[in-house]
Amino acid sequence: MCGLCGIVGTAPHWTDGVPAPSPPDTPTRRRERQERVRGLNRVLRPFGLTASDWQGSAYIIATYTGRSEIVDNAAHLWQAAARLCGRACDPLDAGLLERLEKEAMRP
Amino acid sequence: MTAPGVAPSRLPLHLVSGFLGSGKTTLLRRLLDTPALADSAVLVNELGEIGLDHHLLRHLDGETVLLRSGCICCTVRDDLGQALKDLLDRRARGEVPPFQRIIVESTGLADPVPILSTVTSEPMLRHHLRLGCVVTTVDAVNGALHLERQPESGKQVAVADRLVITKTDLAGPAVTEALARRLRAINPGATPFHAMATDLDLGALLTDAVSPNALRAEALAWTSPAPRPGGLQSLPSHAAGLHSFCMVFGHAIDWVTLGIWLTMLLQAHGERVLRVKGLLDIAGSAHPVFINGVQHVMHQPLHLDGWPDGDRRSRLVFIVRDLPRDLIERSCRAFLGLVPEYAA
Repeated sequence: MCGLCGIVGTAPHWTDGVPAPSPPDTPTRRRERQERVRGLNRVLRPFGLTASDWQGSAYIIATYTGRSEIVDNAAHLWQAAARLCGRACDPLDAGLLERLEKEAMRP
Repeated sequence: MTAPGVAPSRLPLHLVSGFLGSGKTTLLRRLLDTPALADSAVLVNELGEIGLDHHLLRHLDGETVLLRSGCICCTVRDDLGQALKDLLDRRARGEVPPFQRIIVESTGLADPVPILSTVTSEPMLRHHLRLGCVVTTVDAVNGALHLERQPESGKQVAVADRLVITKTDLAGPAVTEALARRLRAINPGATPFHAMATDLDLGALLTDAVSPNALRAEALAWTSPAPRPGGLQSLPSHAAGLHSFCMVFGHAIDWVTLGIWLTMLLQAHGERVLRVKGLLDIAGSAHPVFINGVQHVMHQPLHLDGWPDGDRRSRLVFIVRDLPRDLIERSCRAFLGLVPEYAA
């Protein structure tokens, strides 16, 4: 538990720390979190949502109007995103794929 | 995270699954008679179902018995999670022998996945247990019919690590071989064993791959384009909309992006993504990474100490129900394409 904020530590998610195994809260893991936030923002943009890191221990998912939820890891992230944007976040959605493919084509 | 070649110290929890009347109990009795598995704890729904009368040595209490082989057998009343915690508590207090594994026998109509997710979702259980093997029995006489008509049967086959064809003496070799082909089409990574085979190694059925060699062999069995007709490239199974396919990537994969895509896919379609396994060349990782998941339940990724063969391409195998392969592959590549240096 964090002595300052009282947040109880959560179990690591299976996606955490795989490319370069290292303890939590090391520069390597912080860089991985930054990359995850960057990747999430690319995917969440079509849903009108943003992602940011919170204290190196959670993520904030927010709408453009300021509604937000804090989630521990990717296990809870997509449910929160669906609640915030009011629709399922489906990676097989044709409209989403077209947007992502166009973005990938940008120089 | 498991370092290459390091065996996890948590006790494995194995699951014996299979449709009604497919021979789960018979197999379980044979497993418990195997000396290599003598230090097991077994959880069944009803003690009466297992037919352990002549094995019974003594009652430990109303719900627990000590078997002649040294194994412990408990009933699951309502809550599997609580039964597992009680069992671990009693082991810690020395009230039951120090078993080295837990075997859960599911009922014939049970969906195996909630049993697996019980272990991964409870912090206390996650700390003491790890997921071992899912062994599914398939009746050679009625198995084909069950696969056609009972979605549960196809799912039990799809999530298995080991498949055991039972009652082969009643079905004959031609029917058994036809069933084996169907099982391989549904679940290409789990080679079907024959329960009646004289050389069946019962101990090996519950030996999950933790040594580097075993891990490499398992990764290869799942992800190599095997010399079967059509390889793993989308084998039709004719079983309730199930099919499997393998995606191959000729470049290193960005793990963070793959994780975002896979968690999103499992959240949206986990009910229909019955199995995912992969052997991956991850950018920034010195070792190949082996991933293994059953619906929403993902095992902790493992780093292998080397590639199992000369093929260093990333491979991702799916067993899905009523989900088009083309769409999954397009989606995966669209997500990975967001990081240009790792795009296809």
